[in-house]
Amino acid sequence: MALQSPSLDIGGAVLVTPKPTAGGRGYWQSVGRRLRRDPVTLVCAAILILLVLASIAAPYLYLADPYKTSMIRRLYPLGSPNHWLGTDELGRDMFARLIYGGRLSLFMGVTPVVCALLIGGSLGILAGFVGGKTNMAIMRIMDVFYAFPSVLLAISLSGALGAGTENTLLSLTLVFIPPICRVSESVTTQVRGFDFVDAAKASGASAFTIVRVHVLGNVLGPILVYATSLISVAIILAAGLSFLGLGVKPPEPEWGLMLNTLRQAIYVNPVLAALPGVMIFITSICFNLMSDGLRAAMDVKA
Amino acid sequence: MLLYALRRLIYLVPVAFGVSLLVFALVHLAPGDPISAIVPPDAPKEVVDKLKEYYGFDKPLPVQYLRWLGVTLTGDLGTSIGTGRSVATEVGSAFGNTIILAIAATLFAFTLAVILGTSAAYAKSRIVDRLVTLISLIGVSVPHFWLAIVLVIIFAVELGVLPPMGIGPENSTGWTFDRAHLAHMVLPTIALSVIPLGVVTRTVRSTVKETLSMEFVTALQAKGMRDSRILLHVLKNAAPTCLAVMGLQAGNLIGGSILIETVFAWPGTGFLLNSAIFRRDLPILQGTTLVLAGFFMLLNLTVDIIQTMVDPRIKRG
Repeated sequence: MALQSPSLDIGGAVLVTPKPTAGGRGYWQSVGRRLRRDPVTLVCAAILILLVLASIAAPYLYLADPYKTSMIRRLYPLGSPNHWLGTDELGRDMFARLIYGGRLSLFMGVTPVVCALLIGGSLGILAGFVGGKTNMAIMRIMDVFYAFPSVLLAISLSGALGAGTENTLLSLTLVFIPPICRVSESVTTQVRGFDFVDAAKASGASAFTIVRVHVLGNVLGPILVYATSLISVAIILAAGLSFLGLGVKPPEPEWGLMLNTLRQAIYVNPVLAALPGVMIFITSICFNLMSDGLRAAMDVKA
Repeated sequence: MLLYALRRLIYLVPVAFGVSLLVFALVHLAPGDPISAIVPPDAPKEVVDKLKEYYGFDKPLPVQYLRWLGVTLTGDLGTSIGTGRSVATEVGSAFGNTIILAIAATLFAFTLAVILGTSAAYAKSRIVDRLVTLISLIGVSVPHFWLAIVLVIIFAVELGVLPPMGIGPENSTGWTFDRAHLAHMVLPTIALSVIPLGVVTRTVRSTVKETLSMEFVTALQAKGMRDSRILLHVLKNAAPTCLAVMGLQAGNLIGGSILIETVFAWPGTGFLLNSAIFRRDLPILQGTTLVLAGFFMLLNLTVDIIQTMVDPRIKRG
């Protein structure tokens, strides 16, 4: 699944292969085994874990103060003593800011997808399982959101709500609910048609039990794979909003915002000005490859 | 066929209604009331009330919505708070600039994607396939606004061969077909085309590969048909899917070019939207969003109908 714009296009229907042993341990074990044998996924996972750990542990890493400005030490080039990645337009240490920047950038990329997964996933499963009028109502509302290109929706919502981290999280969550809901709905509708669901119904299982045991076990895989493929879109989009000045406010370190403020430096120190984008690029490419690896390991066809 | 198109168009009405509600809500999502954006905080209460009455903000929300909808349907999108000009005029001129860029990027991305995707699907050597997969992975993973900055750094700052920003030579606000304007288009077009390039290359590669494994290809080979003729058959079969994906991408280019337009100061809808957000020019924000969403809906509908027309396998149920 790839970006629409970053993109959210759903390429065709996701196919579900029935696994009546709902969430059986054997399946997840084999997924884990396949993931461990996939070198690309392992390397990407290692890089991402390193990035996450570094941003969590940033205050304990003996880094320079990422907020400390200095009028005389502005725009030092790469490899300067004490500032091996140089300094930014206000003389702040670039290495420290890039590490600290990961905190907000990763947080703002992952959180909306997680929230949208919870909300959109529940709505989609509900729509798919109940069907009928409920399905109509939920899916027609989602159609309205689909009438907007995702970037436009995110920017218009953030623009109307005003800049700020919370508003960015809110608008990005709203952007990602419809696609996740649509995928969840389509896989749940498929699973609902399988014989073992009818069998469970005939044996008197409650709707809640059927969803928990039989539906979730079969739809969670495809939905999760799809959601992970959205994380890289979310990271780029979140950075993009901050780049426009609609997300994180200065002086917080955040990769998108840093790209924006360093734009004035492209004539003085071009390599430095491009550095925050490299971080976004690495993160997004790792998430994309991880998602591909997960898709292969879980045997989800999309 | 016509009936099918008509049915799809009717189906669009409730969605369009929902879109209008959402766009209307945009203004009321904004913190504070819409008037506070245009009057100084210490304005006397009478003035604020007068303005509220003038803009109709004193009425209950449903009444406001119906009034707004009625006026909008006549093509009147209101007046820009920032410039005092009509929103329709502002959006109209910006829209043209956005479309030109989007068409250029779409053509560039699609041509390259078909070449790359087809050669990857045909490639006997794994290297070509791997390389194309890598290109499409980079296409979907690269932050395109960063790529835009990198392109400016390389081609405008370091090499100095292409202009870094603007639509044309100084003070040019519209696009005309000449050398200078074309030169200004090169970098934005490339930056804008990376995402669709990545997405469509992936689609072309997998669709062509799938088609190649179908039995009719073997039959054609057995018949002794030349490879170039077979390619034509394969492409014809793969075309509907690829066109549909490209259509969606083209729509996203038009709605999503705001970041690229901002980097290059390209006077399109994205640039207009961005400046409207920072001037708190809500009528422009509303108008631009409405026009872009409307265009996106119509484009998706057109792609859908074209796909049904060229692909007899899709039932028109």
